[in-house]
Amino acid sequence: MTVLDVRDLQTHFFTDTGVVKAVDGVSFSLGEGEVLGLVGESGSGKSVTGFSILRLVDPPGRVVGGQINFRGQDLATLSARDMRSLRGNRIAMIFQDPMMTLNPVLRIETQMVEAVRAHDRVSHAAARDRAIQALSKVGIPSPEERLAAYPHQFSGGMRQRVAIAIALLNGPDLIVADEPTTALDVTIQSQILAEVQELARDTGTALIWITHDLAVVAGLADKICVMYAGRIVETGPTDAVLTAPGHPYTEGLLGSIPGHGRRGERLTQIPGMAPNMARLPLGCAFAPRCARASDICRTAAPEITDIGPGRALRCYHPAPMAEGVA
Amino acid sequence: MLVFLLRRLAQSVFVLIAMMIVVFFGVFMIGNPVDILISPDATPLEIEETMARFGFDQPVHVQFLKFVGNALQGDLGRSFVHGESAVSLILSYMPATLELALLGLIFSVAIGVPLGVYAGYKADRWQGRTIMTGSIFGFSLPNFWVGMLLILIFAVELRWLPSTGRGDTVEVLGLRLSIFTADGFQHMILPALTLALYKASLVTRLARAGTQEALMQDYVKFARAKGLSETRILVVHVLKNIMIPIITVLGLELGSMIAFAVVTETVFAWPGMGKLLIDSILTLDRPVIVAYLMLTVIIFIVINLIVDVVYTLLDPRVRVKGDAA
Repeated sequence: MTVLDVRDLQTHFFTDTGVVKAVDGVSFSLGEGEVLGLVGESGSGKSVTGFSILRLVDPPGRVVGGQINFRGQDLATLSARDMRSLRGNRIAMIFQDPMMTLNPVLRIETQMVEAVRAHDRVSHAAARDRAIQALSKVGIPSPEERLAAYPHQFSGGMRQRVAIAIALLNGPDLIVADEPTTALDVTIQSQILAEVQELARDTGTALIWITHDLAVVAGLADKICVMYAGRIVETGPTDAVLTAPGHPYTEGLLGSIPGHGRRGERLTQIPGMAPNMARLPLGCAFAPRCARASDICRTAAPEITDIGPGRALRCYHPAPMAEGVA
Repeated sequence: MLVFLLRRLAQSVFVLIAMMIVVFFGVFMIGNPVDILISPDATPLEIEETMARFGFDQPVHVQFLKFVGNALQGDLGRSFVHGESAVSLILSYMPATLELALLGLIFSVAIGVPLGVYAGYKADRWQGRTIMTGSIFGFSLPNFWVGMLLILIFAVELRWLPSTGRGDTVEVLGLRLSIFTADGFQHMILPALTLALYKASLVTRLARAGTQEALMQDYVKFARAKGLSETRILVVHVLKNIMIPIITVLGLELGSMIAFAVVTETVFAWPGMGKLLIDSILTLDRPVIVAYLMLTVIIFIVINLIVDVVYTLLDPRVRVKGDAA
């Protein structure tokens, strides 16, 4: 069953230098227990997409178009009050930097209990019990004692576990995770990845995992959306996209991952920089950095086209392999 | 915590010694009290006798050492005018000033914090801008003028509140206080408001700046992602984070409210320490001036100490550092 269906989402930032189309016509859908990897560079609009779903985009940003259908409700038009009752309840979010997301002057207990009682009329003791369960679920030793601690008494990895526990408190249908492992050590990163994957599978929670690291989503996501300059340039099942990327940008991302058996080989890099979102080029936004760009790429932006089951691509010159696979 | 307190106390002793030197020699410079104490037609013999009685005939450093010696025993001299011990004279005026300053502090927090947090929350809207414009008035209107305006409106025109004196007092723990009687409390409202206006503006601005900064933090966004109400976010998550700078400034301001409520006390004929200081300066009552300034220093030291302790209650991170020290 579909949990989330985003159609043609547009989130724009109205700045002094002009309108920045941070998210420009993004569509994807997500079923129960499914994991979607939302991949892209900094500034590609992947985080803004995540915040748009929870309607937490800060001004001057605003969701200006499209639909965010969550279990039959369009979140884009929901009242602020109804939206609040969904946040942290049916849809939870995990942030990038665990050092910043917990309030430094409040005990963990306060921060967890309030998250339960914002949505359920339960006693403090009942909410506290639920908090203890959630903490032990994410692997925090002696959760009952740790409730009395303040955030600074935890390490970065532990704080992110606490944030994940808070996300799990009300058994959400959807969790949006915005680069939750980027700020952590590699060993902690893989532990947390494995645990989150298990939790999502056990509870049937759908998961949107936002990252700039294709290697992270490789083992985690069922499907991938690759974003560039506010648009999805390639989407499809994880295996298909990773083994046979169609878009030159996806190819570039894959080529820049160091891997086994590639010692001594030079890593390929994508030349140039992510474009200035306030002044996008006329045609395809990736054209200035693309080796295969032709005249048409510089004059008209390509449309997204289906190239196989669940696979779509926004490119005039896709890699030949992709068509072969499809 | 104990180590921290002891270290602060040791620092305070040095501040006191430095202050003692500055105050004593400073006051010594401003004229000869004998000119005021003795009638102009006194004989030279009488003048000399008086000088000797008060010890004015001795060189400055001898007078200073004597003063220090007495001060160490808690004796800061006798008032030339009242003939009473300067310290006990000031202490007898102190409760009136303390309760006034305290009520002023409560008013300034009760007015300033909600206004400031709201102004920070609605920073770009007309509500925020109106509050900020209002706070400029609070800053710039002179104290005596505000006092007289309040008297004019609430005492003369509307006849709601009394404007002079302390009203009924009641003895609590050996102190005569107005705040616990209905009549006394009514007498306090106008002077306390006058004292509070400037501080409330200050608190408003601090709270607004803090709120604006806190609202941009990830923990506020995360609190929103948890589905908390805006009220809870402001009252619990933001407020506790912005209280530290506010407490710091208020601590210093409380000291200045106690020590320098001179103008307000004069306007409202409030018999507090400020009024005593003015009278003592006019009569060059040296021991009272010196004792007053020394007590002021002690008040500031004590308040700063309290502020530091309150920090540790507000910010758990300070608590850990304090334990380690």
